[in-house]
Order: sequence, then C-alpha cells, then structure tokens
Amino acid sequence: MNSVSPAIEQAYQLLRAEAQQKTEILKEKPVILLGTATCGRAAGAMSVLAAFQDEIAKHQLDVVLRETGCMGHCYAEPLAAIFKKGFPPLYYGSLDEGKARRLVNDYLVNDDPCYEFAMVALEPNDFFPTFDDYPRGIYEKRIILADCGLIDPEDIDHYLARDGYSALAKALTSDPAWLIEEIKTSKLRGRGGAGFPTGIKWEACKNAHGAPKYVICNADEGDPGAFVDRALLESNPHQLLEGLAIAAYAVGAKQCYIYVRSEYPLAIKRLKTALEQSTARGLLGQNVLDSGFNLEIRLFQGSGAFVCGEETALITSIEGHAGIPNHRPPYPATAGLHGKPTVINNVKTLSYIPHIIRNGASWFTSIGTPNSPGTAVFALAGKVVSTGLAEVPMGTSLRHLIYDVGNGIKDDKKFKAVQIGGPSGGCLPESSLDLTIDFDSLQQAGAMMGSGGMVVLDEDDCMVEIARFFLDFTQKESCGKCTFCRLGTKQMLDILTGITEGRGREQDIDLLWDLAEDIKLGSLCGLGKTSPNPVLTTIRYFRPEYEAHIREGRCPALMCKSLISYHIEPDLCSKLCNVCIGSCPVEAIYTRPDMLKGIYPDKCVKCNSCMVACPPQYKAVVKLSPPAPESPVGERGSEVEQANNPDH
Amino acid sequence: MSKLITLIIDDKQVEAKEGERLLWVALDNGIYIPHLCDLRMARRTVASCRLCFVEIEGLPNPVTSCTQTVSEGMVVRTRSPRVDRLLRTGFELLLSNHRLHCAKCAKNKRCELQKIAKERGLKLKLTRLRQLVKEAQIDESPGVFCYDSSKCVLCGRCIWADQEQVKVGAIGFIRRGIGRKVATFEDGLLADSICTQCEACVKICPVGAFYLKEDERKPYKIKKEC
Repeated sequence: MNSVSPAIEQAYQLLRAEAQQKTEILKEKPVILLGTATCGRAAGAMSVLAAFQDEIAKHQLDVVLRETGCMGHCYAEPLAAIFKKGFPPLYYGSLDEGKARRLVNDYLVNDDPCYEFAMVALEPNDFFPTFDDYPRGIYEKRIILADCGLIDPEDIDHYLARDGYSALAKALTSDPAWLIEEIKTSKLRGRGGAGFPTGIKWEACKNAHGAPKYVICNADEGDPGAFVDRALLESNPHQLLEGLAIAAYAVGAKQCYIYVRSEYPLAIKRLKTALEQSTARGLLGQNVLDSGFNLEIRLFQGSGAFVCGEETALITSIEGHAGIPNHRPPYPATAGLHGKPTVINNVKTLSYIPHIIRNGASWFTSIGTPNSPGTAVFALAGKVVSTGLAEVPMGTSLRHLIYDVGNGIKDDKKFKAVQIGGPSGGCLPESSLDLTIDFDSLQQAGAMMGSGGMVVLDEDDCMVEIARFFLDFTQKESCGKCTFCRLGTKQMLDILTGITEGRGREQDIDLLWDLAEDIKLGSLCGLGKTSPNPVLTTIRYFRPEYEAHIREGRCPALMCKSLISYHIEPDLCSKLCNVCIGSCPVEAIYTRPDMLKGIYPDKCVKCNSCMVACPPQYKAVVKLSPPAPESPVGERGSEVEQANNPDH
Repeated sequence: MSKLITLIIDDKQVEAKEGERLLWVALDNGIYIPHLCDLRMARRTVASCRLCFVEIEGLPNPVTSCTQTVSEGMVVRTRSPRVDRLLRTGFELLLSNHRLHCAKCAKNKRCELQKIAKERGLKLKLTRLRQLVKEAQIDESPGVFCYDSSKCVLCGRCIWADQEQVKVGAIGFIRRGIGRKVATFEDGLLADSICTQCEACVKICPVGAFYLKEDERKPYKIKKEC
C-alpha cells in the first residue's frame, strides 16, 4: 500500500493544482452565481438567467455567469450571488428580469451594489450583515450543504479546487479496514430515515461471503414535502460520487448504482455530467488515481414507485422485476443485488463520507448528540416563512428550527403541529416544540427522521385531513403484496375519509388505533410498518379534533369541506362591492333587495373563491362549522324580500 | 444443514433439521399455525399473507413462522394475545376483500379460510371492517375450471404452481396496491392465454378462486362479464 500512496497523492495534487489555477483566473473577473436547481427554475431562474446574459452581452462585459444549485434559501428564489473585487460578496434574493438588468447596469457597470436588493453578505464586512448576524446563521451548521450553490455542479474543477476528491485520495492510500473503523467511530447513522449505523452495515457487507459486491446509492426520494436529496444531487453531485467511491473501496465493490427517480430530470442530467467529468479525470473508472482500483458507477432510473425507496424493493427493481419488497432477513448487506452482498446508503449518508474521511471521526462526533452525531438536513415546507433547506446539528430543538431558522409561521398564524418524516413520520404538537431532534427522540415521540421532510402546519390545518392525506398517499403507493398494508391502509383510509365527510362513528377512533397498531406490527416492509404513524400521532396528540368531527360534525380548523358552510356577514358586507359575485364560479352568490349578499347553500361548491376575493377591509365571508342547516342570510334575505314586497 | 436440533413449540419438544422453516416444522409435528401463502417446495418465502405469526422467546415482537428458521433451543409459542390479535385483524382484512359466499362456494368445507376460522375460533363474517369486494368477474373460459378473482386472497400459490411447478407462465400478478390481482398477460381470458389448462392452479388454490366446474353448487346469480 505504502509504495503506491505517493503516486495517488501526486496524481491528485496535479488535478487539484490544475483546477485551482483555472478557478483562480475566474476570481479576477466579476462572478455571478445563479441558482438554477429545480426550486430556482420553478421561481423563474431561467428567465433571470436569460436577462443576465442579455444585459451582459449588451454591455459587452467580461463577467463570469455560472449556473449553480440550490443555496437552501428556497423562499428567496431565484437567488444569485455576485462577487466583485472591492465589494463584499452578496446574495440577491427574489430576483426577476428587471432586478437582474439593474444589477448588471448599476453594480457591474457602475459600482453600486444595489443594497436594497441584497439579502445577505457571504463574508463579514463593514457594509452588510452576514448569515451569522441572523438567528438562522447561528443555528445552522453546514457540512453537506456547505458548497451547495457556491460551486458549479457541472464543472468538476469547482469541486476539485475546494479540496474535492481529497478524501478519495486519502482513502485509496489507506486500508479499507481502517476506513470502516473510522466510519464506525464516527457513529454516522443512515440518513435515509431509520438511522442504522453506516459503519456496521459496511462491515457486514465486507465480511459477507460472495462476489462481486455492490454499493447502491438510494436517491429515490419520494416523500411529499422532502427535497433534500434532489438539492444535493443538483447542487453538488461530486460530493456524492466521492462518498460512493470511498464506500465501494471500503467494502470491496467494483460496481455501484445510483438509483435515482426519473422525476428528477435535472438531477439526472447533472449526475451524468459529473460522472463523465470525473471518469475523464481518472477519478472513477479504470485505475482510479493510478491506484489500481477500478470502479464503475451506473445510473438507474426508477419509474415512479414510492415503495422502491425500500431497499429490498429497490434491489428487485434494479434486477428488472416489479419493485416489490421481500422479507428481511436476509439483509442486503449479506444477500442483496443478484444475491450478492450489497450496501445501500442514502444520498445524504454518502455525502457525509468525504467530510468524515477528510476531517476525522472525532471531528464528526464533536457535532450533534452522542448517539446521533453530525448534522441533520431538513426540507422546511408548509406554513413556515423561510421554506427551504436547513442543516442544523443534531440536538437542535424544533422551536429553534421552526422559529429561528424558519422565521416562524406565515401570516402570524398560530402554530399547530409539525409533520416530520413524510408519510412514514408523524405530527408533533406544540408541546413537543422543545424536543431536541435526533433519531431516537423523534422515534420516541412517534415521528421519524425519514427523509428530512418537515411540513409546518398552522391553525388552518385539520389534523384528520392531514392524516387522511398522508394515508391516501401510502395507500396508493402500497405495492399490494402483504395483507396488512394492502387492505389495512385501505380500511383506515375509508374510515378517515368517512370522518372528514361527516360520516364518522363513535367507535371509529378506537378501530383506527387498533388497526394502526396491527398494521405497524404485521406489515412486511418499512412502508407498511410506518404508514400508520400519521394516524397514530394525530390521534395521540389531537384526539379532540377527531371527536369534534364525529360527535359534533364540526371541523375545528374549518378545512373539511363537508363540515363547513360559507356565509356572508351582513354587518361586514359593504353592499356596494360585487367582487364576491364575480368570483363565484357557480353563481351561488346573489344580491338581496337590501343590497347585501347571500349564498345559496345548495349551489355553493365551497371553492373558497369568495373568501379570497372579499376585500381585506371587509372580510365579510366567513366559514361556519358545523354547517348552518340553511343559509341564515338566505332566510333573512327572503324575510327582507317579503317585507319590502308586501305584494308577494 | 442436516444437523438435528431440538426446539420447543407450545411446550412440546420437537426435533427438526437445522435451518428448516419453523412453519413446516410445526405443521409436521401436528401443531397448526394458520398460513396461506407459503409452500414447502418454494425456494423463497414470499411472506405476504401475514397470518403465521408466532412468539419466539427472546424476540421482542411476533415473527412470521414461514420466514423464521429453527435453531437449537428455540422456544416458540403459537398462541399469545398479540399473535391472536394480529391473526384476527389479518384474517378479517382478508375477509373484507373476499366475496363471502360459503354456502354456494365450490370450495365449501375445503377452504383454508374456513379451516383457519375453525381452528382459531374466528367468525366468517366481518365484525369491525367494511366490505371492500370488487365486482366479481368470473372467467369461465377454460374447459373444466373457472377463475373468480373476487375470491382471491392473493397468496400467490397459483402463480408459483404455474411458473415453477408446471413451468407454463400463463398467470402472474398485475397492478399494485388494492388493485393487485392474479391475471393473465394483459388481463385477458385464460383460454386466450398460453394456459395449458393443467389444473395445477386449481389444486393449489387455498380458497375458491380457482375451482372445478363440476364442484360448482348452483349457478352464480352474478352477471358474467367475459
């Protein structure tokens, strides 16, 4: 080993020196980094990109404009970072074409950094606050997200110049047994959801009999509300490839798969480019960095089944069968793909590997909690102000995450619950806000780390409806193999649908609870075993809401359409405005003789248009639950009508 | 693997070959464990019916006995409150998607569901759950037997017999979730498929999904959509 190591180191140093030289030249010019990951594109980043290009060309400026990935601040997309000599590097958020043109005209041509558009500075300076000056910066600690948005994912030199692939070079000069020991000491736990220790998985695979061995990266991120893996793949694919290569070297695999869902076209494109570039540089493929180690990484596109994120289903899918789980044991580490020992790790888990190898296991264990070291990446979504990705050390409380990192609840509404871990996770109430986040504490509370989806719910969200929504998802995504999942989720969904539509029976809550417990214990795979979690946690923490639906026919959050009716308050209605009538798609709103407005309850389809349309100074449209038996306004309207027209 | 070991099932000392599946060890020794999907000859257990749960000393939760291999000194209980509860729920879930038609069913008195109900004192009707049965579509196209998908419990035995035993490959699982069913390619009639009408599926079906026409009691009063 020692005789080869200088050659590996030399080969790597050469690559990095080249890359650094190339990026050094870039630093002389002004640089615009525009986030064009899926979140940015959805917010209009491509038209901003076109505006930048157009304006730069118009002024014939020598500016480097690069497309990068997601910076984590999805609420402020489209987002760009501009570096110019003599000014602090600044982030500009919520860009549009006009702002892009002004930034080129005022900043790049005329040296006015447009502080009015700037969001935050990337480095400490005398002019503008940095992330560290905001609560978010204090609680966030970025490891795997650190380079996201700051490097061009389609240019390997950006990654190399920031010491990328140095961990691979270090790994190739070390003994695989040492690598596994290092990962075991780091206590890295699988970020796919269950939190199984990665080092132990690798060791089991390495010691298992059978060849060839495989390493598979699970990038089949299907949870509603989770987008961490997508952002990592789109923003820093080389970090994953490096981790994958280290994993393959450690367990003795020569072939790897990246199982990525085909719903992530940009991630696939950027991964393909990354694979081509790193193979061209000799960082993958035959004789990696002149070490004699061969490695082939293949992309495998999933066809849209959520259950293929379950490892045994993922394996059967790669083998060419329908993605249906099998019983474990045998675990994939001993008998996986084609019956051979296989390591399956999540994108996030593998992305941590280069950092741990580079900085050492003790560095990693110094972050987070003793049993769950490191950081956790969450995809903040729902009714929180700053949606996006947040990477915080394990052990951060939910309160800090939602109120400091996420900047609280939208429109100053009241926090009700937070749904963690997607359809496998659970809803935690306000009393759990001080819960510190790690694998074990979440599991105890009934939720799950899952894929890092965190959906914040406010007072307008009905918990029965939320449980129904997630169960509807798992029921549709059940593969149908085992009895409990196929029929149990269907039965639970029918009961929940009944409750949200006002057909709930008194015994339904207990029946749901019993079914949920049995499905949890009796199902074959992880999908079935975790599918009752949204039901169990909502009953556990929000039982009164279920009871209100069943006993009073009332939806406390005014969300379940069958249990509400719309009504126009005569005291608030302006009489002179007809906005609600225009907004109604089914002509259910009429003008009474006294010019006030009324709603025909039998015509109303409860689309909420009138409520949105009613000008904020009146706010005359209200929702009632339980629904008023007959529209009170309608009645009074007819009374007025009679009073005004004695002839009738 | 042929080493003989002893284990205890329901206080009864039992000898078995190491590595054998617990379900079959118990059945060979006259101890009944409800089961539908597992076959002794199958290479890999599918573990899909989820009825054969047992408690094993030292394990925190009930396990399916079809996937559990026996080992020396293992102490097994085939009945416990938790096992009985899982069976009751699993059985009722299966019934909720099985057209209950016992009196007129061709497999009456030879049905595995009836056997489980009898052995475990379960009712052959729904007590808590709602009936989910889809519309019955009986395929009468083969000469001597019929296929009624509304009776199917999706154990997959017929598919094993078709693909592994007689190696025809006429039927398989199609669709997923609640829509999963046993069908021919493109969900057509059996007579139009490569089915050789060997009746292997009829012999192996634990319920009345595949049945011989001669066993039919009375004509079904159901609209046949063929």
